[in-house]
Amino acid sequence: MKMKKFLAMTMAMAMVAGLATGCGSSSEGGSSEGGATQGSEAASSGEQGSVYYLNFKPEVAEVWESIAKQYTEETGVDVKIKTAASGQYEQTLKSEIAKKDAPTLFQINGPQGYANWKDYTMDLKDTDLYSMLLDPELAITDGEGVYGIPYIEEGYGIIYNAEIMDKYFAMDGAKVKSVDEINNFDTLKAVVEDMTAKKADLGIDGVFSSTSFAPGEDWRWQTHLLNLPIHYEYEAKGVTDEAEITFDYNENFKNIFDLYINNSVTEPAMVGSKSVDDSMAEFALGKSAMVQNGNWAWGQISAVEGNTVKEDKIKFMPIYTGMEGEETQGICIGTENYLCVNTEASDADKQASLDFMKWVFSSDEGKDIVTNQLGFITPFNTFSEEESPSDPLAKEVIRYMGDSKLTSVSWDFQTFPSQTFKDNLGAALLQYSTGSEDWTQVVEDTIADWKVEKEATAE
Amino acid sequence: MQKAYKKYFWLFVLPTLAAFTLFFIIPFIMGIVLSFCKFTTVTNATWVGIRNYQRAFSNRDFIDSLLFTAKFTIVSVITVNVFAFILAYALTRGIKGTNLFRTVFFMPNLIGGIVLGYIWQLLINGVLARFGVTITTDAKYGFWGLVILMNWQLIGYMMIIYIAGIQNIPTELVEAAKIDGATRLQTLFKVTIPMVMPSVTICLFLTLTNSFKLFDQNLALTAGGPGKQTAMMALDIYTTFYNRNGWEGVGQAKAVMFFILVGILALSQLYFTRSKEVEN
Repeated sequence: MKMKKFLAMTMAMAMVAGLATGCGSSSEGGSSEGGATQGSEAASSGEQGSVYYLNFKPEVAEVWESIAKQYTEETGVDVKIKTAASGQYEQTLKSEIAKKDAPTLFQINGPQGYANWKDYTMDLKDTDLYSMLLDPELAITDGEGVYGIPYIEEGYGIIYNAEIMDKYFAMDGAKVKSVDEINNFDTLKAVVEDMTAKKADLGIDGVFSSTSFAPGEDWRWQTHLLNLPIHYEYEAKGVTDEAEITFDYNENFKNIFDLYINNSVTEPAMVGSKSVDDSMAEFALGKSAMVQNGNWAWGQISAVEGNTVKEDKIKFMPIYTGMEGEETQGICIGTENYLCVNTEASDADKQASLDFMKWVFSSDEGKDIVTNQLGFITPFNTFSEEESPSDPLAKEVIRYMGDSKLTSVSWDFQTFPSQTFKDNLGAALLQYSTGSEDWTQVVEDTIADWKVEKEATAE
Repeated sequence: MQKAYKKYFWLFVLPTLAAFTLFFIIPFIMGIVLSFCKFTTVTNATWVGIRNYQRAFSNRDFIDSLLFTAKFTIVSVITVNVFAFILAYALTRGIKGTNLFRTVFFMPNLIGGIVLGYIWQLLINGVLARFGVTITTDAKYGFWGLVILMNWQLIGYMMIIYIAGIQNIPTELVEAAKIDGATRLQTLFKVTIPMVMPSVTICLFLTLTNSFKLFDQNLALTAGGPGKQTAMMALDIYTTFYNRNGWEGVGQAKAVMFFILVGILALSQLYFTRSKEVEN
């Protein structure tokens, strides 16, 4: 009987133990590195820190993994990389950071992101990474402290296929003879409408790729495109953020938006079913001549099976909206990727994280991977002019950044109140496209919604 | 022996109890506490009292989603159960290939909600494209899209339950009805349906709670579009939680209210249909 009792006891204990371990490993989620656990144990014993980076960009997840491996081989410091699925970064961060083995390095998307995560961001003022910034003003600061450091610069505008454009310019009666002549909205409109009229001869289905409005696919309009009128509004008023907007330049927004939907591959009524992927595929397959997107899109375009866009024929054009003096407007350049160090991590882990990022952005091996594999244009002074990515759209961004005659439009959408605001605008724009809402309504709702959302998130 | 069982009661109940406490009771209590807090992550919360509950009603989203959900639930509970019962009735008549049909009708239930949502989005958009509209053009397309999707997915499962119920009816009852000269329709309404009331209870419960808590299919099919017009309560809670900085607590407060609502509905439905069940 004694024996049986003992046996039963042991069995029950084993079951409980099994449960406990089961829970432990399931909370690890999708992490693939077994080594990470050892690393954090080492850190707690005070020997050497380890790094856990929660990566934002799924398209370069594998590159980050290989960087981590290389770094571990060279320095012996454990680096764990986890990548959030597209559009799931905030969600993933929320759950990851509450864990015991929390990310030591993560990123925020600007002032709005900082407001949400300020309890977790460490002051980076005295770090090498901050001193490496070409323009320290780019960092996210609060009072005396520096809490987020940008590690990439990106640009967006109207991407065009120069081959199709040249075909048009060679036609009789073309409105202009070269892209250089398109330097304001009126010219752009004339050219686009003329191209639409001749689309059969040009072999395209529409000048612009589909204005994608499938759920979650409308960020190019509700965020990127709205940036322009808001940027000009801030500029006119001399502010960097507002509690209430007047949306003075809504007509300019309408100008370009109408041009997009009326000269598109897809009928305005049908845009609700189109995704960004659809848009990029149309461009890649030569069905459209232009598409609004950023330099990150080259990877997507070149990956489309049967891509017809040649590497030296893909260019950027600024988004013209009919603003006065827009002849000198450049493309929209900025970032929404700011690195932060988790202030709740152990000191050893914090130092390890800073060392890791310093290595990535200043050592020769690190820089080589950043320019050639990640394809980042970085805002750090450690990169020489030759050390820039070879990606054709990144090259275009660099060309626009270096053009002293043009003024870039900054990414003011970082100050947009909330995702809900963007989603609501996206919904309104879709309604407008399908004809079930008129423009005045869109403008009124946007102004009201901005105020509501700013108030809602201020608390 | 009886004594020995008693002695070991706690030992045997412990693993399950531990799991239940760890994975259900603790998160549940934490959830309720968090609904009174402002927080970004669950480990870092400050008490704000009933502020979250007030804010939950500061705009119409919650009420709108409640109305939409109620409408959807009424329609889909009725359609799913009617169709499922008709199928079950037909497939217990001894038609050739009954087993094949049963399998085929059950299969949609094995596919996950997100996948189903995307498949139906493509299908419905494909059909609507002929009329120059998409599923997010008007809320009514999204509504009926959801109803069709829900029917397609749940009918098979409910059908199986009804079949089991119908097969459990003692044959002597049916024979007795026949001998007494009851018509088929009379047998159906006076014998079959009263006898399958336990199945009806279960099926109503399952369809009611499933429709009310619908999330994956809603997210994948319309994501609430156009605007938030087809956002059901679970989706509204999700967007409240994630799409506004500082509104995590409000999402949590909505979730607690949602839980209470589903609880009340499900329990009163159980009570109501149980009273209609016939003692076997």
